Amino acid sequence: MTNEATTPKSKTSRAATRKTRRLYIVLIGMTMLGLAAGLVLFAFQDSLVFFYTPSDVVGKDIKPGQRVRLGGLVAEGSVEKDGTTVRFVVTDMMAELPVSYTGILPDLFREGQGVVAEGSLLPNGSLEATSVLAKHDENYMPKEVAEKLKESGRWQEEETQ
Amino acid sequence: MMHRFANPTRFMRVANAILPWTAGLTLLFLGAGLYQALFASPADYQQGETVRIMYVHVPSAYMAMMIYASIAVASAASLIWKHPLADMIARASAPIGAVFTFLCLLSGSLWGQPMWGTWWVWDARLTSVLILFFLYLGYIALLNAFDDPARGAKPAAILALVGAVNLPVIKFSVDWWNTLHQPASLVKMDGPAVDPAMLLPLLYMAVAFTLFYISVGILRLRAEIAGARIRNLRLGMTHD
Repeated sequence: MTNEATTPKSKTSRAATRKTRRLYIVLIGMTMLGLAAGLVLFAFQDSLVFFYTPSDVVGKDIKPGQRVRLGGLVAEGSVEKDGTTVRFVVTDMMAELPVSYTGILPDLFREGQGVVAEGSLLPNGSLEATSVLAKHDENYMPKEVAEKLKESGRWQEEETQ
Repeated sequence: MMHRFANPTRFMRVANAILPWTAGLTLLFLGAGLYQALFASPADYQQGETVRIMYVHVPSAYMAMMIYASIAVASAASLIWKHPLADMIARASAPIGAVFTFLCLLSGSLWGQPMWGTWWVWDARLTSVLILFFLYLGYIALLNAFDDPARGAKPAAILALVGAVNLPVIKFSVDWWNTLHQPASLVKMDGPAVDPAMLLPLLYMAVAFTLFYISVGILRLRAEIAGARIRNLRLGMTHD
């Protein structure tokens, strides 16, 4: 310690330097951490998705018997009910996959609705689902507003995601 | 010793003065918000009456993230500038944030069952919010793992900062990955996708929850400062 360092003025400036150093340590630490987290999440992207779209299933060449979650829209006019068994087609507007399911469907299930079906792929390329979940979109409005939008033709069909 | 508490004392003088106002306004907004949410607002075109869960779920989720962000900022201030008040704000906020996170998970689960058909799935949004809840619990546990509360502040502050990485993951999880949870309705590029009649109660509830956090936070800060003073008096007594 030199005599200089003990004078009040340089004491405060030393404290200021320490504060600046700590500020940089925190900033650099947070940046590195953010980058590391970003890289990890990017690397695990494939396992972080909750479902595959029909084009994913076709593109990834998934073997029959493998369990998958398939997400997309219930194709218009594709729902066929046979007792408690329901057959429908899930589409993402680029590819589509037929699904069969025996059981109780969620209330929101209807044609044009987003769904996630979990089950195993059959050799004929269709999915035998053991569970069907409904997705709902981010739009909230009263019934009257929805009807008015449909009447005026400003209704936008929801997208797959 | 006095200069150490000069700042908290001045802060508490202001805080105590605004407490009756924030507490009163909390009740006012909560009353108006609940009336709007449960009676005055319309049912959803798709979800029907179930949509009313949103008025608790969405503000809780907002509080969970906003309080964690406050803890992270306070932790950074505590690590960099060694501000005694910053530690106390972080410590006082943590249990409130944990409760809101739990409320968000619980109301989300109750909403998921009738709408999606499941109480819980391991999609990116739900999982990252569960991680946020565990971060809160870990943070509180670490704060209280030391005999001298002042010593727990630094490791807990580092944990809070590390955990802050989870906040953007929660926010953007629905955009980055396929999830069962729908994308953002409120904070998005082309404005809210919620009808004005439903936006109003949502806003009231968010304001009520924020004012609740401020009021309870002031009460908890008051207790924190009193506790620190008692500890210092005890220390002074043993040293004399």
